[in-house]
Amino acid sequence: MEYFLQQLINGLTLGAIYGLIAIGYTMVYGIIGMINFAHGEVYMIGAFISIITFIVLGLIGVTFIPLALMVVLLSAMVFTAAYGWTVERVAYGPLRGSFRLAPLISAIGMSLFLQNYVQLVQGARVKPMQPVVTGGFEFFQGGGFTVRLSYIQIIIVVLTVALMVGFTFLIQRTALGRAQRACEQDMGMAALVGVDVNRTISLTFVMGAMLAAVAGMMVTLYYGVIDFFIGFLAGVKAFTAAVLGGIGSLPGAMLGGLLIGLIEAFWSAYFSVEYKDVAVFVILVLTLIFKPTGLLGKPDIEKV
Amino acid sequence: MDLRALFKDAGLAAFVAFMLALPMVGFQTVDVSGGVGLTVVTRFGDVAISVALVFVGRLALSLLHHPSWRLPILLVSAALALGLLVVKTPYPVITWLTVLASAVIAVRAAWLVFDLSGVIDRDEGNRLGDAAAFIGRWFGPVFVLFAVIFPFLPTTSRYLLDLGILVLTYVMLGWGLNVVVGLAGLLDLGYVAFYAVGAYSYAIIARDFGLSFWACLPLAGLFAAFFGVILGFPVLRLRGDYLAIVTLGFGEIIRIVLLNWGSFSGGPNGISGVPRPSFLGMPFHPNPPEGTTSFHQFFNIDFSAEHRIVFLYYLILILALITNSFTLRIRKLPIGRAWEALREDEIACRALGINPTNTKLTAFAIGAMFAGFAGAFFATRQGFISPESFSFIESAVILAIVVLGGMGSQIGVVLAAVLLIGIPEFFRELAQFRMLAFGAAMVGIMIWRPRGLLAHREPSVRLPDAAGARR
Repeated sequence: MEYFLQQLINGLTLGAIYGLIAIGYTMVYGIIGMINFAHGEVYMIGAFISIITFIVLGLIGVTFIPLALMVVLLSAMVFTAAYGWTVERVAYGPLRGSFRLAPLISAIGMSLFLQNYVQLVQGARVKPMQPVVTGGFEFFQGGGFTVRLSYIQIIIVVLTVALMVGFTFLIQRTALGRAQRACEQDMGMAALVGVDVNRTISLTFVMGAMLAAVAGMMVTLYYGVIDFFIGFLAGVKAFTAAVLGGIGSLPGAMLGGLLIGLIEAFWSAYFSVEYKDVAVFVILVLTLIFKPTGLLGKPDIEKV
Repeated sequence: MDLRALFKDAGLAAFVAFMLALPMVGFQTVDVSGGVGLTVVTRFGDVAISVALVFVGRLALSLLHHPSWRLPILLVSAALALGLLVVKTPYPVITWLTVLASAVIAVRAAWLVFDLSGVIDRDEGNRLGDAAAFIGRWFGPVFVLFAVIFPFLPTTSRYLLDLGILVLTYVMLGWGLNVVVGLAGLLDLGYVAFYAVGAYSYAIIARDFGLSFWACLPLAGLFAAFFGVILGFPVLRLRGDYLAIVTLGFGEIIRIVLLNWGSFSGGPNGISGVPRPSFLGMPFHPNPPEGTTSFHQFFNIDFSAEHRIVFLYYLILILALITNSFTLRIRKLPIGRAWEALREDEIACRALGINPTNTKLTAFAIGAMFAGFAGAFFATRQGFISPESFSFIESAVILAIVVLGGMGSQIGVVLAAVLLIGIPEFFRELAQFRMLAFGAAMVGIMIWRPRGLLAHREPSVRLPDAAGARR
């Protein structure tokens, strides 16, 4: 029971991170109907920017941890947003209306490029970081097993919930959110009624990149090690989360992220750690075969 | 001409470049010497240079819209590119970047000055593609002849021969993947999985049952095709981009299973001592075992380790040529035409009574079969295989070869394989930039020529007198 509870906590933390990345996939898919294969790399860049900001703050002597966290959060979001914007402008923007595989191939190219770019400018070595937030609550000491809920896990979950609330408000209530929903429904019609489609798409990528940056920061804080290759697996898992939740649906992405996080945690705990990635891939395949619309997605009607 | 707007635009680009470069280029994370943890070293000079490069480059590109500026920009950028190629500077990366950027601007300027848009067009009347098809038709035999006599050329060293084998392996993989991506239009990101299945099935059959390479080769292809069918069957109903991710997932599953199923596949240590192939039962061995005649004894020549290399070279050449001629012929059959029709419009195909799942499945299986052959060859050439050789990067490289060469173009694959595999071997000091360049090239090609460098779309069927009517 204690063991189960611990896995539940770990799974939810992991799931929050996947969910934040998955929103980037699902938003982009909803609006332009393509898989942003480079989104995992954007998340990886967010993690790198976080670690760099942490170190720089440490060097200039900022020791007040809440302030440091805020600065890192802002810096990761702003600089990663620049990457998200550039990726869209360079690799996808010129391809709107091209044949259907073109944006996907371009995205794979972008993904390879970013991975190797980071490897070149930051080195291939694993980047470790000393834990910034330590400690936590311990409870349910039963059967020689202590359930731990660390402060960092609380920060991750609270931050994710806060972001989701803000994000839902943005989509439901603001002009930008309205423009996004309009583009999602019919891009041509939205353009006719005066929505700046290009700007809306750019901002969608920017928002996705910002959420991915937060996820990157969380991973840096949570695991304390990153390298240039983390974007690949995290990207595929977050994509699986987006598909599981129903691609195009924002609550679905979060739900899918939580489910994937939980499945991964329980699979590692009760079956085998080696095959936890296989479990996620199998879920992806099974979802696509039996319920391609996902849990909360709308059916995709193919028009001729 | 509105200079202010131009400067504002260039300034904006420079600002974005600054935002991109400041955290990632400006600060490099390095290990603390003699301690734990990381520290950063600053590289603000590189940031400043990158921002300046982007500013000037963007300005130059915008100015190209004004005819009077084109010639001066062409001259300046060409001079800069050539000059920096000759002059040695202490900053190699920055220099290369500058050379590359000015070369791009120079090409773009030359394009506009000499009005080259007619030579290479985005759409039909694609002369580069036509030229490639022409070369493929008339010079194809010449290339093949060159490939055949290549091992006997006086300039060919052992190193070049090994390189030739490597390039030909990728040509074969590219041709195999071309069936799936180029003809059937299915984006397969897990192609290397079938390569792995071929390699491992040869290694394991040879290890456990002692069958020879020649008995295992068809089996390896069969196994790979079988995997193609069982993996493809559930997922081929999916739309193109889902299919890509799922095949990627399968590729990773196979790799992870090979990595962890130690008793079957040897785990991370792989399988070593994979038997070498023999020539009509004659091994390439200085002292053949009792009862067998080795190659050099039969032909009564001195033993040389190079015989085996030459033999492997011809083996992969023949395998690759079989792949090629098979593809060229199957294109003309109903199934090949169905593939291409399916690539263009799936709904129309269904309306015409083509079963999309079966049609895609054959493409998938045939592509996988060739990967299986290539995998068996890889195993016998290396004598050692491990899951490391079958990572996603390998799939990406093969896909890059197909995409850059021109999807569906056979000669394009050869060209791209030589460019992407052969040429980098000669610039080993630039090896770290190889995948970076691959990625950038994939993006660039998709933007500039989405159908690939040598895309040539030969109509499968032509009306009898339509040939003359085509402009």
